[in-house]
Amino acid sequence: MDVLIHFKEDGAKLCGFVEGEIDTFTASGLREELEAVKITKGLEIELDLSKVNYMDSTGLGIFVAFYKRATREGGKVKLVGLSNRLQRLFEITGLSELMDIETDKKVEFS
Amino acid sequence: MKEFDYIEIRVPAKPQFVSVIRLTVSGLASRIGFNYDDIEDLKIAASEAVTNVVHHAYKEVEEGEIVIGCALYENKIEIMIADYGNSFNFEEVKSKIGPYLPGESIAGLREGGLGLYLMETLMDEVMINNDGGVTVFMTKYVAREQVEKNVERITT
Repeated sequence: MDVLIHFKEDGAKLCGFVEGEIDTFTASGLREELEAVKITKGLEIELDLSKVNYMDSTGLGIFVAFYKRATREGGKVKLVGLSNRLQRLFEITGLSELMDIETDKKVEFS
Repeated sequence: MKEFDYIEIRVPAKPQFVSVIRLTVSGLASRIGFNYDDIEDLKIAASEAVTNVVHHAYKEVEEGEIVIGCALYENKIEIMIADYGNSFNFEEVKSKIGPYLPGESIAGLREGGLGLYLMETLMDEVMINNDGGVTVFMTKYVAREQVEKNVERITT
């Protein structure tokens, strides 16, 4: 049980695909990978969470931190492909009001 | 017959055991008929409680233990998560937790402090005892079964 992330550049957009379970044990790897993302002004980043099958407040904290840094450095982050479970987590914590979140839509490959 | 089955697990307060507890709680909850969403809620609530112990309980000493007790009733599960580490100032912690509010600036968003809030939101009852270590005691009821039982009672 671990969490993986891989990135794909799609023109001016950077797409990140997150996969696995995000908890306090797996969090540090994901946090480091996201911290290593170089954000340039105007960069659009889409994080696809459709393959995240477990997440708790640790994961929320990681995405909030990344969102904050990206916004500060002039990038734009969007979370996509959230399952009902994940969507609920963002809703009950009030984050869905503050962050750009799209549900049930996969990142298009072509 | 006893009113409930009791299962107790002790694990070292280390992050790699959080998922073990989560899966155990999930397995126990499915035995008494919780539905998928409720089991996922229980997994998060239990993980949050165990994660808090892993991060906060044993700061001065190196090794600590977490005790997880689960009482399985016909229509509810009670989960107790206890440590013997540092207790916290409940009122102070509580004042710093809770959901984000609409209109908060992105730059100022907290990156933590949601664990206790999630436990309270996802479980039916949460009690915290803060006396020489922290004990979290939480309950969740099997929603569907309760309804069915009431219906039966009326018809017979």
